[in-house]
Amino acid sequence: MDFGPHLMLASLEGAVIAAILALTAMGLSIVFGVMRVVNVAHGEFYMLGAVLAWFVASLLGGHPAYGFVAALLIAPVLVGCLAAASDWLILKRINYDPDRTIVGTIGMLYIIQQTTLMTFGPDARPVEAPFNTRLALPWWEWGEGGLTMIWPWGLSTTSYKLFVIVAAATILCALWLVITRTKLGLLMRATQQDSETAQAFGVPVGKVYSWVFGLGAALAAMGAVLVVPIQQAHYLMGHDPLLLSFIVVIIGGLGSLPGTVIAAILIGMSDGIISVFFSPTVAKIIATLLVAMVLVFRPQGLMGRKAA
Amino acid sequence: MSLPARSNALHFGVLALMVVLFFVLPPYYAGNLSRIMVLAIYAMGFNLLFGYTGLLSLGHAMFFAAGMYGFGLPMAHLGVPLVPAMFLGVLSAGLLASVIGFLALRTSGVAFMIVTLMFAQAIYLTILYFSTWTRGEEGFVIQQAERMVMGIDLTSANARFTTAFVLFAVTFLGLARLIASPFGRTLIAIRENEERTRMLGYDATRLKWQAIVVSGAVSGLAGAAYALLFGYVGATFATVQYSIFPLLWVLLGGAGTTIGPLIGVFFMFYLIDISSSYTNAYMLIAGLALVLLTVFAPQGIAGELRKRVATWLP
Amino acid sequence: MSNGNTRNSMIDRRSALIGMGAGVGALATGLPGFAQAQSSAPIKIGFQKHATGVGAAYGRWYDATTQAAVARINDMGGINGRPVEIVTEDDGTDPKRGAEVIEKFAKQHECDVAFGTLFSHVVIGSAPRAGELKLPYFVVSEGHHVASGMLNRYTLQPGITDVKSQVLSMAPFVANNLGKKVTMIFPDFAFGHDHRDFFTQAIEAQGGEVIAKIAIPPTETSFTRYFPNIPRETEVLYHVMVGPAVLTFVKELGEFFGPSSPEIFGFIDSLEAVSIGSPGLEFLEGSYFWEGNPRHAQADQTSHDKMYRAAVGVDDTGSSTADSKDVSTYAHMFGCWETLNIIKAGMEAADYQGPADRAKLIEAVEAMSDMPLSDDHPQGAKLFNGKTHQAFGHQYISRVTDGKLVVEHTTSIDESLYEDEVDYTTQSF
Repeated sequence: MDFGPHLMLASLEGAVIAAILALTAMGLSIVFGVMRVVNVAHGEFYMLGAVLAWFVASLLGGHPAYGFVAALLIAPVLVGCLAAASDWLILKRINYDPDRTIVGTIGMLYIIQQTTLMTFGPDARPVEAPFNTRLALPWWEWGEGGLTMIWPWGLSTTSYKLFVIVAAATILCALWLVITRTKLGLLMRATQQDSETAQAFGVPVGKVYSWVFGLGAALAAMGAVLVVPIQQAHYLMGHDPLLLSFIVVIIGGLGSLPGTVIAAILIGMSDGIISVFFSPTVAKIIATLLVAMVLVFRPQGLMGRKAA
Repeated sequence: MSLPARSNALHFGVLALMVVLFFVLPPYYAGNLSRIMVLAIYAMGFNLLFGYTGLLSLGHAMFFAAGMYGFGLPMAHLGVPLVPAMFLGVLSAGLLASVIGFLALRTSGVAFMIVTLMFAQAIYLTILYFSTWTRGEEGFVIQQAERMVMGIDLTSANARFTTAFVLFAVTFLGLARLIASPFGRTLIAIRENEERTRMLGYDATRLKWQAIVVSGAVSGLAGAAYALLFGYVGATFATVQYSIFPLLWVLLGGAGTTIGPLIGVFFMFYLIDISSSYTNAYMLIAGLALVLLTVFAPQGIAGELRKRVATWLP
Repeated sequence: MSNGNTRNSMIDRRSALIGMGAGVGALATGLPGFAQAQSSAPIKIGFQKHATGVGAAYGRWYDATTQAAVARINDMGGINGRPVEIVTEDDGTDPKRGAEVIEKFAKQHECDVAFGTLFSHVVIGSAPRAGELKLPYFVVSEGHHVASGMLNRYTLQPGITDVKSQVLSMAPFVANNLGKKVTMIFPDFAFGHDHRDFFTQAIEAQGGEVIAKIAIPPTETSFTRYFPNIPRETEVLYHVMVGPAVLTFVKELGEFFGPSSPEIFGFIDSLEAVSIGSPGLEFLEGSYFWEGNPRHAQADQTSHDKMYRAAVGVDDTGSSTADSKDVSTYAHMFGCWETLNIIKAGMEAADYQGPADRAKLIEAVEAMSDMPLSDDHPQGAKLFNGKTHQAFGHQYISRVTDGKLVVEHTTSIDESLYEDEVDYTTQSF
C-alpha cells in the first residue's frame, strides 16, 4: 500500500487502540490519583469486563445488539462492585501501604485470573459485534483532472471500530462532567488534593476510596466490553492492558486526567504509526525505549507536577 | 552470643541444613534443592536492591536473562568452555546493570518501577529480534556433553547439587557479609531515609548505582547457573513473569532479611507443586496466600520472625 | 517435612483400584490379560499437559484424545498385559515448569515414559532434563526441533509430522495451482521463522518467489496495521498464526481485503478450536488450508476416522458431540492417539517390563518404519525415521466449499521428506 493510505490506516487502527487505552488507563489514573496506590489487578478487572460481556451475550441470545447493550450496562457495574468489595476487604485492612498494596493486588490478580480459568475456561471466546460493516475508505491522488478520489486496495475500516472511538470519547466526556460537575467528583478531587484536610472537612474518605476503586475498575471493564467484539474474551487478556495503562498513567503524569488522555492518544497512535516505518518487532523495541527515555528525562511525566 | 556470632551460626546452620536435606530427602525432593538454590540466588540478588536499598525494580528478569544468554550464547556459537562462559554470563549482567542503573536512577518510586519494566521489555524484544542466534522464544539447548568441568558431568544428581550449593553458599555468605559491612549499612540508611543520608555526606546516587550493579550481577549468576544446570536458554526467562517471581519470593520470605529469599523460594515452589495436584488453578492458592500474608503478616515469614521473636535476624 | 509417602500412596491407591477394577472386569468379560499378567502394576505414562497458559485450548483436547486412546488400549488388554495409567501434570505452557514436571514424572511419580507436549519452547526446555533423567519423552509437537538434532536420544516424535515436512510439501500445490508470487504472514518467533525459511526455500525450488514476509510480534491482539505491507501484486497470501488471538487475525484479514482478495492459503493453525462458520469468516469461502487431519469428515471417510471420532467425542464437523460450539484442535490432537499406540507397540516389541528397559523401548521404536493407515493410525500412513526420531506422513490440502473444509489434494509421503540432519542412533544412552 502506498505511504499515504498506509499511514491513514495505521492512524485509524491507532485511534481505536488509543480509545480503549484511554478508558482503561483512566480507570487506573483515577485510582492512582485519589488513592495513591498501585493496583496490579487492574488488568484483571478489564478481563472480567470482557468475560462477563460474553456471559451476558450468550445468556441473552437473540440479536447481538441486545447482548452488547446489556453487557455494556451490566458488566461495568458488576466489576465495579467486585472492586469496591475487594477494597473494603483487603485494601482498607492494609491501610493502603504502598508495598503491601502491590503484594495484595498481585494476589488479587492471581485469584481473579485463576477463578476465571476455572469457570470460563482457557479458550478464547468471541462475542459478536452489534453491527459490523466494512467501510472502504477513499484516498486522494493527483490525476490529470486534478485531485481525484480513489479507493486503495485494502484501505478500510469497520463501522464498529468507528463506533468504539466515538463511544470511548463519549464515556470520557461523561466522566469529565462527573468529576467536575457532580458532588461525587468534588469529593474525589478534594480527597486527591489533600485527604487529611478533606477528612477534617467531613468528607467520608473511606467511602470515597471504595467508590473510586469501583469506578476505576468499571472504566476498565467498559473498555473491555467495547473491545471484545473486535478481539475475543480470554482469561489472560488483562496482561498487556495492564502494562500499557501503567505506561500511559506515568507518562501522562500522576494525578493528571488530561495527561492520561493525551498519553493514551500518543501511545496508542504511535504504536501503530511507528510500525509503518519499521518492522513490527523493531517498532515495539523503539516504542518501549522511548517510554523509558521519557521517564528518565522527565520523571514526572508530561503533565505531572515535579515532585517537591 | 554476640550479634555477628549469631549471624554466622544462622548462616552456616542454613548451609548445613541444605546438605543434610540432600542426603535425607527422597530423590524427587532432593533433586528440587538444586533448582531452589539457584532461584534463591536470583531472589537474593533482588533482595539486595529491594529489601535492603528500598528500590523496587520490575525488570530484574533482564539481568537473569543477560546472565543466561551471556553464558549460553558463547558456549553454543563460539565454543567457549564452561567456566569462562560463566564469567561472561555474570559480566554481561553486571554491565547491563551498570548501564540500566545509570539511566534508571534518574527516576524514583513508581517511575523507577516503570522504567525498569520498560527496559526489561526492550531486552526481551531484542532477544526475539536476534532470533537467528538466540532462537527467540523457542530457545536452545546446552548439550549434556558440554556441561562438564574437569571431567565431572555436572548433570548428575550429586554434581548438580554440589554446583548449586557452592554457588548458593558463596552468594549467601557474600551478601550477608556485604550487608553487615559499611556499604550495606549505608544502603539500609538510604532505604530508611535517603535525604538524611545525603545530608550526612554520602553520595546516595553512586551507592544506589553500585547496589544495582551487584544486584544485577548476582541475578545474572543465577541465570547462568540455571542454564548450566538445566541445559536450556530461552526468552521466556526474560518475560515480566520472571521479574514478578523474585518480588513474590522476597516479599513472602521476608524482604530485608538474609534468609528470607531462600524461605520465599521454598514456600512458593512447594505451594505450587502441592496445589497443582489438586487443581489446575494452583496460582489461585498462591494468590490467596499472598493476600493473607499481606494482610496478616506483611513482613514476610522471616520478617515476622524478626519482628516478634528474633530481632537480631540480619 | 513428609518424605513424599502421602503423595505416593494416593497414586498407589489409584492404581490399586484400577488393578482391582480391571481384574473384576477381566473375570466378568472373560478377557485374557490382566489376570495372567506377569506384573499387574500399571504402566505409567506421564502426560505433560498444557492445562493453563497460551496452550490451554490445545491441552484440553490433547487430554480428551489421550484419555480415549488409553481407554481403548486398556479395553484391548493393556500393554504386555498391564493396564495403562496416565499421570497428568500441568506445565502451564512454560519451559521452566515443563522441566520441573519432567522431574516429577521421573522421580516422584516413577513414570515409565513422559509424553504429550505441544509447544516447542516447552519441549526444548524439558528435553534436556528428560535426557539427563533417561526418561523416554514422546512429544506431539510438530516442531522441527527433534529432527534438527538439537535434542537427545530420549526424545522422539513418532506420532505427528514436523513443520518442515508440512511446509515443504505445500509448495508444489501452491506454485502450480494458486500462484507464484507469495506473501507470507507468520508469528515473529521460531515457529513462524521455520515457516518462513522452509517455505521460501521450497517455493523457489518450484520457480516461485516470496515477495513479502510479514512477521507479527508475539502476543499481538490487533493485526490490521500489518496488512498494508502486503504488496498489491500478491498472487497468494500464505498465513499461519497461533495463540488466543487467531480469530481476530483471520477476521481482520477478511475486513482488510473486502471483496478483492488474492488467493489465500493458510495453515489450519490459524483456525484451530475456532468454528469456520464464525461471523466475519465468510471471506474464507474458496480459500485453501493445510490440514494435519481433515476437520470435516470427507466423502471417502475411512472406518478408522469414524471410529476415532466416536472414541474422542467429536462429530463429523470436528466439534464436540457434547457441544457443537466447542470446536476441537482436530489437526493436532490425533498425534496423541497415534503416539500412545506407538508407545504400546514399542513396549510390546521390546518386551518392556520396567524402567530398566527404557533403552530397549527406544531402540524398538527406532526400528519402526512403515506404519500403515489403521485404527492405530487414523490420520493416515506414516513413515518413521529411526535416525532422526521423526515421523513423516500425508498432508492434506482442503478448500472451504459451502462452509465446509473439503480435501482437494493429499500429498505423498515422499514429497515431504528431507535430508537427515542428525543420527540419534549413534548417540549413547
